[in-house]
Amino acid sequence: MTDTTVTRAQLAEAVYQEVGLSRNDSAQLVDVILEEVSQALIREEMVKLSSFGSFQVRSKGQRVGRNPKTGQEVPILPRKVLVFRASHVLKDKINRALGGTTSTPATGSV
Amino acid sequence: MTKSDLILRLAEKYPHLLQRDIERIVNTVFDEISNALARNNRVELRGFGAFSVKKRDARQGRNPRTGESVSVSEKFVPFFKTGKQLRDRLNGIEGTSDE
Repeated sequence: MTDTTVTRAQLAEAVYQEVGLSRNDSAQLVDVILEEVSQALIREEMVKLSSFGSFQVRSKGQRVGRNPKTGQEVPILPRKVLVFRASHVLKDKINRALGGTTSTPATGSV
Repeated sequence: MTKSDLILRLAEKYPHLLQRDIERIVNTVFDEISNALARNNRVELRGFGAFSVKKRDARQGRNPRTGESVSVSEKFVPFFKTGKQLRDRLNGIEGTSDE
């Protein structure tokens, strides 16, 4: 079932089909949208996209890790990680489509 | 930043586009990602990250408050893995353009 991978090209094609822009402009818009989201995250703003989900940057402190191959201890430096939380709308949509259970009764709109 | 903030930013960048169209474009992009995940497809956005769906098997759970045992049925959860380039940029490492 997971044999297809959707890329920027398909997103651009969907934009092209939806609005009367050229293929080039559609592709550019997709890039600019992802770039705006990226830049907001780099500014450490939370990005909330209603009915899709939210992205948030979390700061991780330094900790001691271990090279699993050699067993050697190595310090893992403080770093920033990006966390995505899918909205209930998205989770429910996926579970409704794939036959999992939804957290809310299947009455609401998607 | 919310979806409407994003739409406003794009409207400033593209003054020749109607705000209504920008709204449609933004919705199309995220709807398309959602639809792909609902087909159990993977969405790979180079330089940004990849969305996929993970299956969680049915399990016997417990209500943490009452200790009561409940059966949790199989479910699917969306998952996002940050792309290398974005991860580097978040950590102040610029320049590498390839994943």
